[in-house]
Amino acid sequence: MTRAELAELAEKEQVQRDAKKLRLLVCCGTPCLAAGSEAVVAALRQKLAESGSPAELEVVGTGCLGPCSRGPLVTVQRKGTPDMVYERMDPQQAVALLDAYLAAASLPQQNLLPEDLPFFRRQQRVVLQTCGLIDPEDIQQYIGHGGYEALAQVLHEMTPEEVCDGVTASGLRGRGGGGYSTGLKWQLVQKGTGSRKFVVANGDEGDPGAYMDRSLMESDPHRVLEGMAIAGYAVGAEQGYIYVRGEYPLAAQRLKTAIRDAERMGVLGSRVLDSNFSFRVDIRIGAGAFVCGEETALLASIMGRRGQPRIRPPYPAQSGLWGCPTLINNVETFGNIAAIFTMGPAAFASIGSGKSRGTKVFALCGEVCNTGLIEVPMGMPLREIIYDIGGGLPGGAAFKAAQTGGPSGGCIPASKLDTPVDYEHLQELGSIMGSGGLIVMGEKSCMVDVARFFMEFCLDESCGKCVPCRTGTIEIYRLLTRLCNGSAAARDLENLEKLCHLVKDTSLCGLGSAAPNPVLSTLHWFRDEYEAHLTDRRCPAGVCGMDVKPLHLMAEELLQRVVASRVNGEAF
Amino acid sequence: MSAITLTLNEELVTARQGQTILEVAREHSIHIPTLCYLEGLEEMGGCRLCMVEVQGSARPVPACITKAQEGMVVATDSETITEYRRMIVELLLAERNHTCAVCVQNGSCELQTLAARLGVDHVRFDYLHQQLSMDASRERFALDHNRCVLCLRCVRTCDAVEGAHTWDVRGRGVTSRIVADLDRPWGESVSCTDCGKCVQLCPTGALFRKGATVGEMVKEREFLMRLLERRRAIQGRQS
Repeated sequence: MTRAELAELAEKEQVQRDAKKLRLLVCCGTPCLAAGSEAVVAALRQKLAESGSPAELEVVGTGCLGPCSRGPLVTVQRKGTPDMVYERMDPQQAVALLDAYLAAASLPQQNLLPEDLPFFRRQQRVVLQTCGLIDPEDIQQYIGHGGYEALAQVLHEMTPEEVCDGVTASGLRGRGGGGYSTGLKWQLVQKGTGSRKFVVANGDEGDPGAYMDRSLMESDPHRVLEGMAIAGYAVGAEQGYIYVRGEYPLAAQRLKTAIRDAERMGVLGSRVLDSNFSFRVDIRIGAGAFVCGEETALLASIMGRRGQPRIRPPYPAQSGLWGCPTLINNVETFGNIAAIFTMGPAAFASIGSGKSRGTKVFALCGEVCNTGLIEVPMGMPLREIIYDIGGGLPGGAAFKAAQTGGPSGGCIPASKLDTPVDYEHLQELGSIMGSGGLIVMGEKSCMVDVARFFMEFCLDESCGKCVPCRTGTIEIYRLLTRLCNGSAAARDLENLEKLCHLVKDTSLCGLGSAAPNPVLSTLHWFRDEYEAHLTDRRCPAGVCGMDVKPLHLMAEELLQRVVASRVNGEAF
Repeated sequence: MSAITLTLNEELVTARQGQTILEVAREHSIHIPTLCYLEGLEEMGGCRLCMVEVQGSARPVPACITKAQEGMVVATDSETITEYRRMIVELLLAERNHTCAVCVQNGSCELQTLAARLGVDHVRFDYLHQQLSMDASRERFALDHNRCVLCLRCVRTCDAVEGAHTWDVRGRGVTSRIVADLDRPWGESVSCTDCGKCVQLCPTGALFRKGATVGEMVKEREFLMRLLERRRAIQGRQS
């Protein structure tokens, strides 16, 4: 396909879309599928067929729309009116919608989300701009929304150096958590020497409560592929790998379809869009190890070796897959690339604050009214995310802390609610941006218990290569368990802190050294809770059982029993 | 090969380009404790005992892998580092069953020597008391998982020096185990050549000669460099 043919196809798609008088977009992301959206699509399609499949009507199964707790979601697009979003639809209600339209009656108001819901209004969608609008398994719909236009522009108008400069100018930083400048990384790989080069997309998202990458891969796989192809052109790679977490079968299947369609269309494969650039993408499926999200472990896994990190340097940009320079970025980072070139690096850089540019996708979950997938400009205060977009805590409960960055991150207390959410500010508070999990907690959450939960995750996912992470995490977990069940002794808290610093300072890879962060940050902000557990044997949030006696209390009790038995003249 | 100058424990020393901090320190008779590192095997950087402080680096770095660089300022035994090393040895002792009094390696064990040298007189952490088995199915050698510290010297030497790759690792985290031939009893291994290199290089009593009793297992590790040098010489003659 040539560039002109691409533009022609996009226009044709647009005309076809505009000709429809009513389009029903049913969200088919994993949460909505779980809530039964497949039945909704089937019922709507059946109804359409029964009424003779009018050409002016269309039912589309789309990717994730965002407010996942309200699924299945149905968006109604009518010519000349703003989109209407219905929540919690069942097949009957959906068919009733269609009936109302066919009978030329006004659409029912039941289950309709208010038009100016802050959940949608306060978001700025760059990466997720076509999520929820297109069928992820239909490449033509993506092209109809301007898809692959950025790739065509880059291939025909720019040199690889200009592409790298463009990404640098946009100020984009790695969305996987590290926050390293994406443009600089691309330049490093571009300048690297090797017989071959590779581009790798990291879709091994394993943080508890995070599903940004999954939603992107499921809802808009072509956006990721387009970003990877642009990266391939910029750094001089002809082969890309996309590493999908084994627990994401739907994402893998949709990516597989997307790659096949893209190769058929000539936007991937050999001679992409009639240029001299060839780019193939293969999928690698993870086998269920959190540590494979670490870049060196991920590369080992792609090469078929045991998924364990190795010491850097050399960085993958110098020596990655089979010793060749390898560019490895998060899926969401690649999701930003097409937008940088369609809107222009300067326009992209105008979003955000300070050194953090662009937007960030968060998986908002925990004790918050509107849970779901959101995308906000960097630097938005935490309060606005939780109270405006999230709608606050259910029942107006008091906010206690927000956990960002998953098992590598930390907690932000209520006193820091006005912190702008960007790389620097979160780091100052002892947390990290991470890949974008955002868990909101109210007064009913015990911070010691939260730290213990994350430590249990880390000890289970430790690869076992280095001693501090392998054994240190399990010892930290045991100390936290003692605090939670009331059997901790005074020196346990001291040992806990020492161990955390040991694991942080001496672990081999980033996952190990970040593993104590949930403990250190809760110790910093909620030390009184730890002390209440230790000295008063009381859990302020009422979560921990406190059902085991500490050794010194048991000794005292034993002594009393012995003394009592002597006094009574009984045998002990 | 160009020479570089760096500061090692407040003393200026010279080193050759490409040498690691550990190599430089050993040349200058500065002791840095190691466990997984063994001259002649590929460095793994797993035990974290050789961590040293380098000025300008936010975290300690492993001396066995980090290359010495011009102008580097290295401290090998600050108070923090010594405490970290002590804690790591304590963690190793707590992880499995290291009861020296009934160990074949008592008296010549690297872990025991490390603990003594670092002044580890008690373990402040919980003993994990893992229920681990012993594999005595091989005719001449035996493997006791209770004594294993997962330094992977056996895995590396079997793969790179003997070329058999009998040993590998199963599981992850604290449940990692050394396994022979895709996890079958060592005695049924078809790839093992009975060369005994892994046994000689094992720092603890995890791999030992059958028939050895408490304190009887004395290992000889010098053979590795002798062997590798001879191989290098032969290869040099052939090419």
